Amino acid sequence: MSWLVDNFDLVARLTGNHAILSVIPIVLGFVIAVPLGWIANRSHSLRSWVIGGGSFLYTIPSLPLFVILPYILGTRITDERNIIVALTIYAVAMMVRTAADALAAVPADAVEASTSIGYSLWTRFWLVEFPLAGPVLLAGLRVVSASTIALVSVGAIIGSANLGYLFTNGKQRDFLEEILIGIGASFLIALVFDIAIVLLGRVLMPWNLRKSPASKSIRQNAVGVY
Amino acid sequence: MQFFLDAFRWLLDPANYVAGGISPLPIQDRIGEHLWYTFVSVAIASMIALPLGLFIGHTGRGRQFVISFTGMMRALPTLGLLMALFLIIGATVPFTQAAFVASIIALVILAIPSILAGGYAGVESVDPQTVDAGRAMGMTEMQILLRIEIPLSLPLIISGIRAAVLQVIATAVIASYISLGGLGTVISSGIGLNDNERILGGAILVIALALVVDGFLALLQRLVTRRGSKEARPQNIDFRRRSFGSAAVAEEPVNERKRHVQSKK
Repeated sequence: MSWLVDNFDLVARLTGNHAILSVIPIVLGFVIAVPLGWIANRSHSLRSWVIGGGSFLYTIPSLPLFVILPYILGTRITDERNIIVALTIYAVAMMVRTAADALAAVPADAVEASTSIGYSLWTRFWLVEFPLAGPVLLAGLRVVSASTIALVSVGAIIGSANLGYLFTNGKQRDFLEEILIGIGASFLIALVFDIAIVLLGRVLMPWNLRKSPASKSIRQNAVGVY
Repeated sequence: MQFFLDAFRWLLDPANYVAGGISPLPIQDRIGEHLWYTFVSVAIASMIALPLGLFIGHTGRGRQFVISFTGMMRALPTLGLLMALFLIIGATVPFTQAAFVASIIALVILAIPSILAGGYAGVESVDPQTVDAGRAMGMTEMQILLRIEIPLSLPLIISGIRAAVLQVIATAVIASYISLGGLGTVISSGIGLNDNERILGGAILVIALALVVDGFLALLQRLVTRRGSKEARPQNIDFRRRSFGSAAVAEEPVNERKRHVQSKK
């Protein structure tokens, strides 16, 4: 523990950078995946393209993607933008399926009722579909958040200054404590993000406090296999 | 673009496939190692996680455990787990074996959650009426599990294994940093030598390997699905049926089933 006290500044700086590197892909992934999920529900062929594309991207292992992106984006290999882009790709890949399922599970009569009282496509999405899909989207977002934070550390191999540095450095110095502190800090970020997302959900969706059994089972399915 | 052409030229260069090359060469040996690590760790993880997942799915006991365990594991940084295990194992096992033992343990730990979730979700997705029918015909609980639940949940079991295999292939790449063999050595030696062809070539190889193995498992999943009932198809878990109109009719039996599953806990 004395190591942590002595190097608290370093750990705090790495933790801060780690959090920034995770929050951008999580937000971007959500913003990109929700419209894609909406598009996926327009037709069967669109659906198989979007969902298939998502699972294809998810197949790509992280380190190879980190090292390939500089050649595609024209960035330097140590540039942190590579990590942000790579993690955004994974976030979209993970989120798009949940988003499509969440929007498809919005009760058809609610959608039809809003159409019949004259809502445009745009207002219908924002006032009916998006709020009703909210709880499932939130569950998906929690999954994306946890795995993104865990993945950021791989970026340390290509020189990004995040908590992964404690892993590579601790291994080189044969110093277990440093690695364990890194894992602990990473868990802490994941926990704080998770709590933040849940609280955000409560504030934005106060009607959801009494959960209906149906939406609960959908949520659990959304989190099921991955 | 030039980079990619160079990388493909490197991949197609017969000199990189000659037996007895230095460190990350010959390429086919690294591919073999990578597949071997993947197979060993997924096999061990299946032996642990499948019986447990099937048990939880069948009895409905411990589902909260599966949900919170898989959630926790998702937040575990793989690089940290690898390095920590390497140091812990390295203290007891001779150096030459430490990388292998530590990597396999790490890969097994990472593969368990998806396989567990797949087994559990698979059994749980089986229509309770089918299970009751078997019970009414006098099947024992074991027979129900072996003859009804496992065959019907195979697609989801395999989809859990698919997720685990992808995770393991990706993490085995990183394990080259604790001096495990496999395709990761091509990338890490490329980074060390600042050799672009090698970095990119290695990355393309890993991606190709992941896609081929995943494609193969997807095919297997489709094969077992065709034999099984529609109910267990993974697609049925997402909510297609609303899409265009006639939702109200289709919705009923599914909700009925879900409610039944809910009350089981």
